Amino acid sequence: MSILVNKDTRVLVQGLTGKTGTFHTEQALAYYGTKMVGGTHPKKGGETWSSGVDGTELPIFTSVAEGKERTGANASVIYVPPAGAAAAIEEAIDAEIPLIVCITEGVPVLDMVRVKARLDKSKSRLIGPNCPGVLTPEECKIGIMPGSIFSKGSVGIVSRSGTLTYEAVFQTTNEGLGQTTAVGIGGDPVKGTEFIDMLEMFLADEETKSIVMIGEIGGSAEEDAAQFLIDEARRGRKKPMAGFIAGRTAPPGRTMGHAGAVISGGKGGAEEKIAAMEAAGIRVSASPARIGATLADVLKG
Amino acid sequence: MNIHEHQAKELLKGYGAPVAAGVAIFSADEAEAAAKSLPGPLYVVKSQIHAGGRGKGKFKELGPDAKGGVRLAKSVGDVVANAKEMLGNTLVTKQTGDAGKQVNRLYIEDGADIARELYCSLLVDRTTGRVSFVVSTEGGMDIEAVAHDTPEKIIAVDIDPMAGVTAANVDEIVTALKLEGDARADAGKLFPILYKAFTETDMSLLEVNPLIVMTDGHLRVLDAKVSFDNNAAFRHDDLKGLRDLSEEDAKEIEASKFDLAYVALDGNIGCMVNGAGLAMSTMDIIKLYGAEPANFLDVGGGASKEKVTAAFKIITADPAVKGILVNIFGGIMRCDVIAEGVIAAVKEVGLQVPLVVRLEGTNVKEGKAILDQSGLNVISADDLDDAAQKIVKAVQG
Repeated sequence: MSILVNKDTRVLVQGLTGKTGTFHTEQALAYYGTKMVGGTHPKKGGETWSSGVDGTELPIFTSVAEGKERTGANASVIYVPPAGAAAAIEEAIDAEIPLIVCITEGVPVLDMVRVKARLDKSKSRLIGPNCPGVLTPEECKIGIMPGSIFSKGSVGIVSRSGTLTYEAVFQTTNEGLGQTTAVGIGGDPVKGTEFIDMLEMFLADEETKSIVMIGEIGGSAEEDAAQFLIDEARRGRKKPMAGFIAGRTAPPGRTMGHAGAVISGGKGGAEEKIAAMEAAGIRVSASPARIGATLADVLKG
Repeated sequence: MNIHEHQAKELLKGYGAPVAAGVAIFSADEAEAAAKSLPGPLYVVKSQIHAGGRGKGKFKELGPDAKGGVRLAKSVGDVVANAKEMLGNTLVTKQTGDAGKQVNRLYIEDGADIARELYCSLLVDRTTGRVSFVVSTEGGMDIEAVAHDTPEKIIAVDIDPMAGVTAANVDEIVTALKLEGDARADAGKLFPILYKAFTETDMSLLEVNPLIVMTDGHLRVLDAKVSFDNNAAFRHDDLKGLRDLSEEDAKEIEASKFDLAYVALDGNIGCMVNGAGLAMSTMDIIKLYGAEPANFLDVGGGASKEKVTAAFKIITADPAVKGILVNIFGGIMRCDVIAEGVIAAVKEVGLQVPLVVRLEGTNVKEGKAILDQSGLNVISADDLDDAAQKIVKAVQG
């Protein structure tokens, strides 16, 4: 098992015809034949996209709704530039795509406020924006994560940071543990999915035997997730966990790259997050290079 | 992007918010004319810097008994005397750090008779994903202290983006602020105005501290702090002129030209990393091994060779940098592009300090091959731990 995506996931690409969309669609097709079923472009409907790697052809549709109807897509991935990203998400919501993954970095936060209000009343789940996507090893790759570092296994990974997701994947692969699914939820302050939703899915997934959670400074999503884990443990639902918080050395008041990574008003600091996670039974690694080793230690007991 | 108080007030005035008459000046010569254009007899002379705590701040060049960065003046002559004393000097507040900030402009404002000082801000609440009014009856002081000592005195009101500020929202705010009479009537206009200004210009923060009830019973925006969402800058060309480059670090200005996320720090190890989380973690691990990072630098996803070259040049231009760590885990970023960018930069500006490169992920083989064949003196690292230890060792000798 896995969460969110598997070998039956059929993916439509919003922004397929651009350079980024093309490169990562080629990579996805090459990754265990992820079922990429087509792309959308308002003016290029009816044309055909072809992979520069192996000549695979995909149809281009005028709209997400048309693409969904013609291909049976149940997921979409968005590579359109920031100015059009919110509209792309809303188009996918309107087409009732169950899983929408928005890779785009730099979406205005008030656009996301509007999207989130739409999302709350919709049938869709959004991952991102400003995220690396979702990958279930040997089955489905949505987004920009490098497939080569994954191996099929038992660890569920959820992270606010893209490249730190790769670190966690790489290190759990090197420990011989492998992953069920890795999800990058994104570094923006307003996003489609928070830690809690993913932790709930990993707790429910039988194949997932342990979980890695990677947070960063800013906001209180890690504290909320820790409280959720404490509440679930009281109900008898608990899995071994390791974690990491980025930004221990970040100066307050400065936004560290991610729009959401800022210690402001005395809130969102790393030490409080680490304390909350440890109180929930997560072993938090002090070094970003020892996330995998820390989980392995936890599993050894 | 942050802007000055006088710019924020001008912007809010354009939306119909009640602000005092005022004039921004850049030299003491302008002070007299500015003061004379105001009604008097009470004036306020306010330092314009991008930092809070100005009133309680101290000027470095003046004695400890000198007045702070916001001063009351009771005559035109008094305005001129204060302007002469303040302009060009360095104001140190609890938000500027010890270095302080040079005061290059002043705002001369009509004085107000204050009955009550309140607090009002708008921000995006990440938990609810909505714009939220945060209000308190305890205005005019450090709101973080209020939040810490008496959290029950801070009320947050979330706004539904589909409905905007409703009458019920205004009622809730008015009740929380205990507004009555004329102030209550003013509030019905002011809070929707603030929300409109916030959303139409893509602000990330609008803080009015204090919002005052005057002795005549009306509301006035007495101070205003505005930050804009940089992600939305592409649709606000009209706001670009409000940027004050003298308030920003020169290296950060250079980095922003290339769309690089850069924050200058105090250490000596220059970092170039892809991804904000990994960039922060790289700083953390450098510190873990006993050294200090010179900067945070995220080259972002899908950076071009030119962008990588620019990033490398910004790092090497910092005289404090005694070693450089390039840490790339390629996803959207391709390792071969990074390698080419680094080589192009080194060819252009040379390499006087040790360089440790750790590459992993998309096109890692191509990237490593490019570095190996370049003939450059690059110390390659196998993983993050190895990379951090090697650069710390290289710098500390």
